[in-house]
Amino acid sequence: MTLNAGIVSYGTHIPKYRISSDEIARIWGENAEIIKNGLGVYQKAVPDVDEDTATIAVEAAREAINRGNIHPQDIGAVYVGSESHPYVVKPTSTIVGEAISAGNDFYSADLEFACKAGTAGLQICLSMILSGMIDYGLAIGADTSQGAPGDALEYSASAGGAAYILGKRDLIAEIEDTYSFATDTPDFWRREGQPYPKHGGRFTGLPAYFRHVISAAKGLMDKSGLNPSDFDYAVFHQPNGKFPVRAAKTLGFNMERIKHGLVVPHIGNTYSGSSLIGLAAILDIAKPSERILMVSFGSGAGSDAFSITVEDGIESFRRNPSVWDKIRKGVSIDYGIYVKMRKKIRVK
Amino acid sequence: MLPRFWRKIKYRYDLVGSYCENCGRSFYPPRNVCPNCRRKSNIREIRFGDCGKVISYSVVHDSENTRMRKPYIVAMIKLDDGPVITSQLVCSPDEVQTGMRVRKVFRKYGEEGESGIIYYGTKFVPADSE
Ligand SMILES: [Zn+2]
Repeated sequence: MTLNAGIVSYGTHIPKYRISSDEIARIWGENAEIIKNGLGVYQKAVPDVDEDTATIAVEAAREAINRGNIHPQDIGAVYVGSESHPYVVKPTSTIVGEAISAGNDFYSADLEFACKAGTAGLQICLSMILSGMIDYGLAIGADTSQGAPGDALEYSASAGGAAYILGKRDLIAEIEDTYSFATDTPDFWRREGQPYPKHGGRFTGLPAYFRHVISAAKGLMDKSGLNPSDFDYAVFHQPNGKFPVRAAKTLGFNMERIKHGLVVPHIGNTYSGSSLIGLAAILDIAKPSERILMVSFGSGAGSDAFSITVEDGIESFRRNPSVWDKIRKGVSIDYGIYVKMRKKIRVK
Repeated sequence: MLPRFWRKIKYRYDLVGSYCENCGRSFYPPRNVCPNCRRKSNIREIRFGDCGKVISYSVVHDSENTRMRKPYIVAMIKLDDGPVITSQLVCSPDEVQTGMRVRKVFRKYGEEGESGIIYYGTKFVPADSE
């Protein structure tokens, strides 16, 4: 099956500061080597004091608009997926719409489904394009996630985002098909008014991440008649450096096909940005007619799987600075600066 | 504070200013009348390009509301598209120099405590940084 719609442009934003797992382990008296080996995360991206999910979403969206040479007023829908929207009530999507000068006639909403809200936005834009409601849609996944100080999440919860402009014409990659798998699984949550999430610890592996990622990937391949050997690249949600590698192995993808999209060891888990930044890293180097499998995961729980084929248009598309260029440009900070930047201390 | 900011959102969120078609001058913040042409002015709204260069700057070491970012830099930036604007430049005081290329970014300006509105707007960063 082919849907005849897809990606017209994409952009990413990765905040420039980094804190290493060594530095976090030093503060909490933990063994950094065990953490790094266990989690597969060496450092994570930290947003500046004046960055949040809205600013990250805007920066990623502006890069997508500039690269795709899209007139912002042609964008008919703006969906922002995040679990760290700056307001509980007051949309991020209207801040984005105004900051990119999209005008006032666009469909929009903020989406929330833990780390898969961004890929849900892709599906919404895709279906609106296929139905003829809009010509171009902007779907963004962005987060500035926090783990409680001293919680294992603190090593991985990071910040970043990616924006995709979908359409029907001048595609750089076609979305051939998509499939979702969801169950009610309380593996990770945050209640209203609570600053930090809670999680089910070891429970989050098998019944949550692996079950949903693998079921969605298999469901997509069954539905579209594809096999793992049909894909040149695969990218999965990356809560740590271990889970996506194990999921790939279970499904029959070797390291060669996932390593380029595996960004979590160097920037941490960007939540709603995670699989979308990984996909951007792959699109940065992909060639026409190559096929990519992307599978997101959101706790609570569900996965969205996509089969994407790269079009000829990618060759004339501006892809610099690449995701890996941005990853390499990080500036290291210590735990004291990190605590101040993430407002883990109160100032009067 | 809220209504005053809200009405200017369009011009703070992006580099939206005005341009006089009669004499070719551009203005930021936007003006309704060109001071040069007065009654002959022919004002249009314009979105300026993303980049410019620093023509002057100050490093501010103390301020009531900027404890989280001290010291910070206020720069006069000549946009490639004409007007000179005053803006915060987000970089270390060791990095800044006159003539350096900068580009716009979307950042938080501040917020009204923990329950109030969040103010966003345009700041600048060195052009080669992501
Ligand atoms: Zn004039």
